[in-house]
Amino acid sequence: MSTLIIISTLPILLLYLGLYKAQKALLPVTLIGLIAALGCTVASYTSADTATPIYSGMMLFNNFSAVFSGITIITTILIILLSRGYFEKISNHIAEYYAIILFALAGVIVMVSFYNLVMLFIGIEIMSVSLYILAGIKKTDFASNEAALKYFLMGAFSTGFLLFGIALIYGSTGSFNLETIRNWVIQNPHSIDPMFYAGILLIVVGLCFKVGAAPFHFWTPDVYEGSPTLITAFMSTVAKTAAFAAFLRLFSACFAPVSDFWVPVLLVITIITLFIGNITALYQQSFKRMLAFSSISHAGYLLFAIVALGASSANSVFMYATAYSIASIIAFGALILVQQQSGSDNFDSFNGLAKKNPFLAVVLTIAMLSLAGIPLTAGFIGKFFMFSGALLQFKLVLVLLAVVNAVISIFYYFRVIIAMYFRDAERAELTVPVYYQLVLGFAALVTILIGIYPGFISNLI
Amino acid sequence: MTVSILIFLPVVAALAVLLFKNNAAKHAALTFAVAELVVAALFLSKFVPDASFQFVTDVPWIPKFGIYFNAGIDGISMMMVLLTTLLVPLIILTTYKHQYKNANAFYALILFMQAGLLVVFTALDGFLFYVGWEAALIPIYFICSLWGGENRIKVTIKFFIYTFSGSLIMLLAIIYLYLQTPEKTYDIFHFYNLALGAKQQSWVFLAFFLAFAIKMPLFPFHTWQPDTYTEAPTAGTMLLAGIMLKMGIYGVIRWLIPNAPLGYMQWYSIVIVLAVIGIVYASIIAIRQKDGKRLVAYSSIAHVGLIAAGIFAWSVQGLQGAMIQMLSHGINVVGMFFIWDIISTRLGTREISQLGGIAKVAPKFALAFLIIVLGTVALPLTNGFVGEFMLLYSVFTVNIYLVAVAGLTMIFGAVYMLRMYKQVMQGETNALTATFTDITGTEKLALCIICALIIVIGIYPQPILHISDAAVTKLVQTLNFKFYQQKL
Repeated sequence: MSTLIIISTLPILLLYLGLYKAQKALLPVTLIGLIAALGCTVASYTSADTATPIYSGMMLFNNFSAVFSGITIITTILIILLSRGYFEKISNHIAEYYAIILFALAGVIVMVSFYNLVMLFIGIEIMSVSLYILAGIKKTDFASNEAALKYFLMGAFSTGFLLFGIALIYGSTGSFNLETIRNWVIQNPHSIDPMFYAGILLIVVGLCFKVGAAPFHFWTPDVYEGSPTLITAFMSTVAKTAAFAAFLRLFSACFAPVSDFWVPVLLVITIITLFIGNITALYQQSFKRMLAFSSISHAGYLLFAIVALGASSANSVFMYATAYSIASIIAFGALILVQQQSGSDNFDSFNGLAKKNPFLAVVLTIAMLSLAGIPLTAGFIGKFFMFSGALLQFKLVLVLLAVVNAVISIFYYFRVIIAMYFRDAERAELTVPVYYQLVLGFAALVTILIGIYPGFISNLI
Repeated sequence: MTVSILIFLPVVAALAVLLFKNNAAKHAALTFAVAELVVAALFLSKFVPDASFQFVTDVPWIPKFGIYFNAGIDGISMMMVLLTTLLVPLIILTTYKHQYKNANAFYALILFMQAGLLVVFTALDGFLFYVGWEAALIPIYFICSLWGGENRIKVTIKFFIYTFSGSLIMLLAIIYLYLQTPEKTYDIFHFYNLALGAKQQSWVFLAFFLAFAIKMPLFPFHTWQPDTYTEAPTAGTMLLAGIMLKMGIYGVIRWLIPNAPLGYMQWYSIVIVLAVIGIVYASIIAIRQKDGKRLVAYSSIAHVGLIAAGIFAWSVQGLQGAMIQMLSHGINVVGMFFIWDIISTRLGTREISQLGGIAKVAPKFALAFLIIVLGTVALPLTNGFVGEFMLLYSVFTVNIYLVAVAGLTMIFGAVYMLRMYKQVMQGETNALTATFTDITGTEKLALCIICALIIVIGIYPQPILHISDAAVTKLVQTLNFKFYQQKL
């Protein structure tokens, strides 16, 4: 709970700092606040998970929420570190950016700790509204405006679906509380009315939009491309992780008993998501757009945990989301540097990077190997957990299709590696700021560490 | 003393080599590789050649999922460890006359790959095996594509995709076996004890087989191989042909047949036929090759085909023949690629038709070349003979017609190898080959070692056969018992 309080009050403090022109204090204060929040999260983690819902059953801060809060806060810290000097170039109202990112994070914390559908809705909205603003934060940039408008229109539409779904569930069960809904489902196994099923479907649509799963993915490429790169990084890591945590908590808590109904639906969505994400990513010339489409396919892998719902699902999602977030931060961080130098985000602009910036090339290679799921990186462990879970539930066809997709993904991830190492180009050396070196080096190290010894985070939930 | 020393020394070595520059990196890499060979020799001296697993290391890795860092050495693994630790320093020695850009990265990758290979050859845990399998693939991909020839980018990505898809399918089979174990463990002995139905075993067999057949490579999964061998830098080709393809053969012996005996019974005849087709097919193509390196690449497919056929015939002779042939083939193929490396760096071409008469200007080189050629064509008293003889005998027990066709490998081998030797070394020197200078220094040393090994193993193979004898016999007997039970 204290995590949420800190993260909610921090942005207000930042806005005041901005008001009194204390620009230099913004970054340190944000970091200190986030580290304090992280400390509270770690402190709230207990080895025996006996937490009960609080505030009339509105929120449940258990290990699940602690772990997901932890990873989203860490990811945010890394992104904030990368943002030093980044937002100043876009505009001079930088206090607002920090504040809005933190507001979004507050929404994220609510999303991973809700125990009531109302709180789920509020959490998603806090996060989404903040992200709509962030997407359009480059006021004079055409693409950024387009991204914001697209995101807002589509997002509002999908929120409508979600809200309607919640209403239908309420209409059937008479409650927003997860536990009450679950008990109702268990007690009335034969008299569940179509309204309830329609509610589930609408919620699936709403949530699939938020996680960027096909066929509700059409906003992702344009929004990811148009938004400032760091905001894209935030959307594709923190926001996605939170949406999946919420998705998982809702479906494992409430709808697991009627999984026969929604699993086939989600199975189809998963397969479409995998193929659309991967095959479209193959044809991209822009690295940023490739990352956008690959994020769709990663949403497909993450959906595995929900399709094959089981005791280890939470763990798998956590593992996969961690691996994916960390690798994405490296990818987006490197992209920002290359973009600043060459003014383009095409694959070509990475040509010959290894000669001039061996460090950057090595960390980006590690990130790409991790995203592709090669052993000894975190990404492999994530995929391994997902595949094991799905095979345990006899989803063999799904796993085989996923293997096909894993192979396809090699083509576009290796394209960057090939560009950096094997293609030559005239280019000057990039200056990599110290903050970038720290963040990217740390992320690469963690990726390898998890890949070699996943034991230290695979038992958290 | 546990096997982890053997596995982690190359990792440490790889990291250490990164600190050196250019020639210093070369020397450091060679020192570490020789040190690793000494360690392996130490293991061999302490090794008791019975069927048990020795020097076992077994520590929890991800215990929640039943994953242990479990590795050990029996006779079969010992042979593979010897092969790896012997060839890596030899391969590094053959690169001594080259100046590679970023030499430290080059040698670090070689040593890192060695660690991956040793994991594969000693792993007793399915997950560990898979990780080693892929850990050996990444470095060789970078070695081939960073220091390779002109078409390397396209060729190596094809190689990577090919092998990666095979191994992912294998991963599914490993996970499947894990889910079937009552204790939920990746331990290989628990896998062995599973009694799956014929249909399940058939699928497990096919999944493993795909990965191994691509790696070896077996006809018709070989299409990545000639291009990759040709485009890779010579050291990379040696690693691929000398050691890496043995991963597939070893996998068949350790993971494929014992894990799916019923699957084996359903498919073995088809596999043997495929292997024999591969022998003939690759031999015929080898005869037509104009590029020396490519010729050796195809001859390698033919040799591997024979090893595969001998193993799938499943007899003690076949397996023992495979063990010694893996070692011999490793030595011979490294020698052969080294020969072509020397020719192409000196004369700038590998076109056989442009060469001739080198023996006149370089007698020492000619002698070494001749010994390696004789070893490759399996002349009696060379290392190639023992293995091929035992492998053919093993195929003979299955089908006499097949062995007649498979035996063509010896005749075809003699045709293309001796013809190559004749065209390159004999006849009149031309303007190009007259400039050829005889071998010196490290080249001489490397070729001397290779030739000595060819002759020594050829004359007195018994000590080497003895290493794996007990382990192979036990494995064959256990499986034969399972086949027998099935027939009842």
